[in-house]
Amino acid sequence: MSDSPTATAEAKLPKDIAAEKGMVNVQIDGVWHQFPKGTRMIEACRAVKKDVPYYCYHPKLSVPGNCRMCMVQMGMPPRPAPGQEPTRDENGYEPIGWMPRPAISCANTVAENMGIRTTGELVEKCREGVMEFLLINHPLDCPICDQAGECRLQEQSVGFGRGVSRFVDMKVKKPKNVDIGPRIRLDDERCIMCSRCIRFMDEVAGDPVLGFTQRGTHTTLTVHPGRLLDHNYSLNTADICPVGALTSNDFRFQMRVWFLKETPSIDVNCGTGCNITIHTRGNTIHRITPRQNNEVNSNWMPDSHRLNFHYIDGETRLAEPLIKENGTHRAATWPEALTNTAAALAKYAPSEIAIIASARMTNEELFLIRALAGKLGTAALAVVPRKGENDGLLIAADRNPNTTGAKLILSSEDPSAPLASIREGVRSGTVKALLVFGEDLTTEAGFTADDLAKPEFIASIQLLAGPTANASHVVLPGAAFAEKRGSMVNLSGRLQRLNRAIEPPAQARDDWEILRDLAGGTQNLIEEVFKDIASTVTEFNGLTLSKIGHQGTVITETGYEIPLLKNEGVRKAAGIING
Amino acid sequence: MPTIKLTRPKLDAGEKIYFGALIKGFFLTMKHAVKSLRGKSYGAEGLASSGLGVTMQFPEQRWDSHMPEYYRGAPTLVTDEQGRERCVSCQLCEFICPPKAIKITPSEIPSDDKWAKVEKRPLEFDIDMIRCIYCGMCEEVCPEQAIYLRKDYLITGTTRQAMVHDKKKLYEIGGVRVGLVNKWNELK
Amino acid sequence: MDLLIDLAIIITKIVAFTFLIVLPLVPLSVYFERRFSAIIQDRVGPNRVGIPLTLLGFKKDFHLFGLIQPIADGLKLFLKEDFTPEHVRKAFYWLAPALTVVPALITVCVVPFGPDVTLFGRTEKLVIADIDVGPLFVFAISSLTVYGITLAGWSSNSKFPFIGGVRSTAQMISYEICLGLSIIPVLLYFGTLNLNQIVQHQADNGWLLLPLWTDGKLSLPGLQTALFWIPAFIAFLIFTISIFAETNRMPFDLPECETELVGGYHTEYSSMKFAMFFMGEYAAMVIGSALIITLFLGGWSAGFGLDAAIANFSIGDFQIGGFIHMGIFLTKLLAFILFFILVRWTVPRFRYDQLMKLGWVIFFEAALINVFLAALIIAAPELTATIIATGAILLIAVTAAVIWVAKISEPPAKILRA
Repeated sequence: MSDSPTATAEAKLPKDIAAEKGMVNVQIDGVWHQFPKGTRMIEACRAVKKDVPYYCYHPKLSVPGNCRMCMVQMGMPPRPAPGQEPTRDENGYEPIGWMPRPAISCANTVAENMGIRTTGELVEKCREGVMEFLLINHPLDCPICDQAGECRLQEQSVGFGRGVSRFVDMKVKKPKNVDIGPRIRLDDERCIMCSRCIRFMDEVAGDPVLGFTQRGTHTTLTVHPGRLLDHNYSLNTADICPVGALTSNDFRFQMRVWFLKETPSIDVNCGTGCNITIHTRGNTIHRITPRQNNEVNSNWMPDSHRLNFHYIDGETRLAEPLIKENGTHRAATWPEALTNTAAALAKYAPSEIAIIASARMTNEELFLIRALAGKLGTAALAVVPRKGENDGLLIAADRNPNTTGAKLILSSEDPSAPLASIREGVRSGTVKALLVFGEDLTTEAGFTADDLAKPEFIASIQLLAGPTANASHVVLPGAAFAEKRGSMVNLSGRLQRLNRAIEPPAQARDDWEILRDLAGGTQNLIEEVFKDIASTVTEFNGLTLSKIGHQGTVITETGYEIPLLKNEGVRKAAGIING
Repeated sequence: MPTIKLTRPKLDAGEKIYFGALIKGFFLTMKHAVKSLRGKSYGAEGLASSGLGVTMQFPEQRWDSHMPEYYRGAPTLVTDEQGRERCVSCQLCEFICPPKAIKITPSEIPSDDKWAKVEKRPLEFDIDMIRCIYCGMCEEVCPEQAIYLRKDYLITGTTRQAMVHDKKKLYEIGGVRVGLVNKWNELK
Repeated sequence: MDLLIDLAIIITKIVAFTFLIVLPLVPLSVYFERRFSAIIQDRVGPNRVGIPLTLLGFKKDFHLFGLIQPIADGLKLFLKEDFTPEHVRKAFYWLAPALTVVPALITVCVVPFGPDVTLFGRTEKLVIADIDVGPLFVFAISSLTVYGITLAGWSSNSKFPFIGGVRSTAQMISYEICLGLSIIPVLLYFGTLNLNQIVQHQADNGWLLLPLWTDGKLSLPGLQTALFWIPAFIAFLIFTISIFAETNRMPFDLPECETELVGGYHTEYSSMKFAMFFMGEYAAMVIGSALIITLFLGGWSAGFGLDAAIANFSIGDFQIGGFIHMGIFLTKLLAFILFFILVRWTVPRFRYDQLMKLGWVIFFEAALINVFLAALIIAAPELTATIIATGAILLIAVTAAVIWVAKISEPPAKILRA
């Protein structure tokens, strides 16, 4: 981009050289850069690390230009008189005639020989004025407001505001604490009318229930009469709200954001594998927010997935190994539980043993299960399929996060195929020992409680107490998705990484460690397991756990397309959004 | 590493022998000893000590009447004239507290409450007085003027649990504080 | 029968002097140390520990000026966990504390606490063992203390105690030379090594540092005695300062210098074993003071021609003037212990190289020259004027030469990194 024009061809003008590449020359704060045609000024400034504050602009949404915070000073070369050649400096650039009034940088695109000033008295005065207007009716209840700490209004008030209020009149009163949906709370006084939420519901979620009523300072964000903001993507509006007008009911007043530690990870509720940030304090998860990945989930994620973490520290969580004696479970130590399992399994012939694994497990865990199956000599190894409805946005029909990974690791086209025969084997009594990893068999797997009473021995890795745990002779408490490291492959063939945000409770252990001990493995670190996968499974060749990166790596082509990204591509192509 | 040349001070013969300074030292220490024994230690009056040293004999003599305005004793929570909790559990004190003595569990004020406008109040507010270092940062950082350091300095307990001041205890010590706080004003 | 009585008397003396006088002096000096340092520093010091009468229902506690404090301290140390670290050499680690206390207490046996007393028709000396090599015995035994400290440092198997132990060894060996050399003039003067006779001589003819009476009558000293005061005073200075170094007291407490060595050689010790090091240090201080008083300040003698009268004081058959002398001795001892304490809280700690230089370059030479000076003065009446003059000139020349050598051997000012 910063190719020196004189270096390539001396005779040509910079605009011609740039035009050959489909670029334009833009001067930002005195330095010339080249940008592709059609780039928005704000994106150009961001690309060269010139900070332009904004509220309403969002790269994934259309541009209304209504907050006026992103104003910069703009200039174009003066139009020469007829017949006159434009004057040029020694580098071939025309002089810039600065406009006396500022322009919003989000709604304008760059042009040849344009000049942009992101600083200077005019720009700073404008920002200060905009900030003052925005704050006139703002309640300044930061100590109460959940947004405090990640509030754009706070940050930019410090950065560009004047520090004191000159406003002596009464502030406009608007509805506070409005219940507009099951998961979202609205405080209209805090709203700065950026309309990001309205645009999101309209353009991305496709459920335009939000809108403005009234005019001027009385403009009020409201939900359509008779409707509620109950769309499954409604919590994204709280994420993009630059102030505390929209807050999550689930996270409301739970913890201040400055205490939260952020861990990048991925969602495990469906095959899309939305990238997420897990916010924790101590050993508690307080909220989960989407993390930008333009190849997976853009900037969004469904509410149902982001709120599905409370079971992790729920009451039914298992925290110590259990051994069934005379029909009741008693707490045991890990060595005891593991030797007990190994001793019990040794009693059965390989054909009498079956393993039911889960496509919710990581590649590493599945790999160790494969090793365990090899050690036990059993071919009866299946994962439980989990089907739902595709919502046309991010939720995939396959609700298992690692089906692709299971296919690769277990080298099978349909790893759930043997499930039916195992089920039959259990019912008919040919399967006498059953190993269940990370699944409750009474749900998707189609077992009944009576079926589970039939095998002579069941050992299971379980997260929560339930029918399968009840029926198990040995219960091994495992780790939840936020408690483990590992990798999964999503439906579009992207290898992504889970990271440990919190520690497993009490005696509960990382699943891969339990499986390693059962399989008699010698790996000390999960990296070593991944190394074994990389040397065994072709698709993983040459990778390490750290090479995957926070944005993931495509390792196989599946042809699956995420619907939301399709929509986004269309809007981007139409020039509605910048992406 | 920069090198600085230091020259030792030039000592004259008397200083080299060292005995002069030694004897001077003896006079100094003896002067203090004699003053102490006569009950006239330096600065004894200012601290109302017995004069044998400047130490105040604590349980018999108390500092209370000498306590300066800026004295920082136990941190407490205050209510306003109408008995309303000033604290909105913004947790800034918890954040700033250097020894992490403060632990707050926030909660929402039920909407049928008279002061529901404020929306938020602490459900639990614990200050571990074993950890507290009386630095006063919580008071300084509080945006609602809800936490104050009072002059209580005799904070004792026989168990660790007894040294944790809960919300009730904090309001009990803190009492009422009069002053303008706008957050209850419906028009502000 | 007589043997039995003799044995009983000896045991009584040992118990009385060692365990009823010197050992109680240790906690007492600890108490004085704390109170006196407090007073010097405008503090109060321990003034509370006493008899808790309020517990028995009385209105006020009997605080006794905090005199019970050392007992409380001792009790605390006694009840503390006696922790032996895993990494130490056990046998030596256990032996070391005993080796510091025992020699100090053994040396008590030659200290004359007073002249003879006559009780029940028996005349007894107020000294456990009236041997003719008193000072030599003290040096011989007290130099064993260094083993305690060295072993403590070495057996602790830890760097700071080890450095402390090494420092202590070097320091004590260096200063023992000065200690020994410095009292040669004194012994030349008295012509005896029996401490009791030395004190008796001082009682009759004036203290070594205060020769203001002869044969029990106040009078100005003769020329020779007056001249001898100079080497006597030099000997006194060297001896006193060397005793400070020998007992590891401030300003020479480098073996346990907190700022550099944590706790010095006893870092790894706790409970009673630590307390024994503590006791050893204070016992050494008591014995050192006793020795200085005995040699230079007239021991039990009251001085000014009063001694004969006091010595003959008797009630009936019991000639108990000796006990009055013992009181005088203990008073002097306490005064000197207070001086020890005053020095500790006045003089800052020396640097280790300064300490070594003081010992080897200054005191060693000074003591050596002092020996010849004293000899010259003592032998003067029997020598001709020429020999005296030659001797004096030689002595001055040697002194000048020593000073010159000391001066040129001093290393030039170094460039210090800051």
